[in-house]
Amino acid sequence: MSYLKDIYRSMSSMLSGMQLTGHYFMNFRKAETEQYPDNRLTLKMSPRFKGELTLLHNVQNMHKCTGCSACQLACPNGSITILEKRELTEDGKNKKRLQTFVWQHSMCTFCSLCVDSCPTGALKMEQRFEFTVADRKTLTKTLNKEGSQLAPDLR
Amino acid sequence: MSLSISLITYFPIIIRLILSVIGVICFFAILGLFLVYAERKVAAGMQLRLGPNRVGVFGIAQTVADTIKLITKESFTPGMADKFLFFLAPFIVIISATLALAPIPMAKGYQFWNIDVGVIYVPAMASLSIIGILMAGWASNNKYSLIGAMRSGAQIVSYELSVGLSLLSIVILTGSLNFNEIVMSQDNGWWIFKGHIPVLISFIIFIIASTAEINRTPFDLPEAESELTAGFHTEYSGIQFAMFFLSEYVNMFIVSAVAATLFFGGWMPFHIGHWAAFNDIMNYIPGPIWFFGKSLFVIFLIMWFRWTFPRLRIDQLLNLEWKYMMPISLVNLLFVTLITIMGWHF
Repeated sequence: MSYLKDIYRSMSSMLSGMQLTGHYFMNFRKAETEQYPDNRLTLKMSPRFKGELTLLHNVQNMHKCTGCSACQLACPNGSITILEKRELTEDGKNKKRLQTFVWQHSMCTFCSLCVDSCPTGALKMEQRFEFTVADRKTLTKTLNKEGSQLAPDLR
Repeated sequence: MSLSISLITYFPIIIRLILSVIGVICFFAILGLFLVYAERKVAAGMQLRLGPNRVGVFGIAQTVADTIKLITKESFTPGMADKFLFFLAPFIVIISATLALAPIPMAKGYQFWNIDVGVIYVPAMASLSIIGILMAGWASNNKYSLIGAMRSGAQIVSYELSVGLSLLSIVILTGSLNFNEIVMSQDNGWWIFKGHIPVLISFIIFIIASTAEINRTPFDLPEAESELTAGFHTEYSGIQFAMFFLSEYVNMFIVSAVAATLFFGGWMPFHIGHWAAFNDIMNYIPGPIWFFGKSLFVIFLIMWFRWTFPRLRIDQLLNLEWKYMMPISLVNLLFVTLITIMGWHF
């Protein structure tokens, strides 16, 4: 009896599998393929896509990086280097500030651990992913913009 | 003098032979190109992809480009290989595929060889290809090739039985081994409809067993990519690899053509009993369209299997044959015989 049951179960499971692939085959117009170079103008990446690392700046050219170098410690292959400077605040304190946020793009694996480790949420992986350059040196990037400052609520 | 006379006598025959050889080669080439393209498109459809769509309209010329690439590639022979056998193996595989095509009627009277034992001849020729596969595996001097070839041997020896027994059920019903007579016996309806459930069961067994015989997924143990790189044709490249590849698709066509001829009436149009008007309308669709349509349907079925089921293990493979398909097809044969004796079929 279990012999016949085996045959029945195997046949029905095979048929349900074939039903699924048959359904996909019938709806072949819903293919997931992105024909990339053709559709680069309309291409929408998914929100969780991890592309270029950016230090977020607001309209007043202010970022949230306190220079704590948590991202530098978190980075598994050392593609982030934080160069810091000392700055005297109004009330006379000598505080650490970010001087240059160096991101070595050629070493980055886009693991997003820096974004996760940032205590102030200053970093983000952006959607841009076309990075081809002719010169390798241009892949060492400074992420903080010229003359940018730490946001006042973090000072 | 006598030589020239005999030359003149045999000249038409020689020309005929050459023309038919060219015809068969062209047919195989077109068949291979089309089936590879079809397989890639079917695979793409079942995996929600697009498939080849760059070379030509809808990627139609993709397989042509691939073939040209394969032909221009170097055919590399490994250093320690048995050179003669290594060279011979692809030819044997493709010749056995060619021979198996001979007795299959493609339309009324369009047949290479009208032989009385066609139903026995086709599986016999198809199973000759195992010699080529074993030869390729042995001559390559490669462990993957050898394991693949040995698996292929075990597989074909086991599944031959089921193929033969399921073919026998139709032979019992028609009382003939000749393909033409089998087609003519389906004038008033195809066997898959006339023969009740036992013929349906033998059709299913035939499809499963012949999928195993032509080494296609889910029975592609001889060339299991993830275990044996490419199985028996690991060491082959260029045109020699192309011949193995082509023979796989030609074998698939032959199996489908046999299934179409035996179970779906070959070139016979869709007839229902004594509905003369309906049958007349169906007769306007020519035989080759029916034959190739049915064959392509069975080919699609086999491709559907390939892109749905995971590969079996070798012990599962042999279990399936010896514990399930063999007993079932034997019992099924008894039922078919009962139906034939009692005249229960239509």
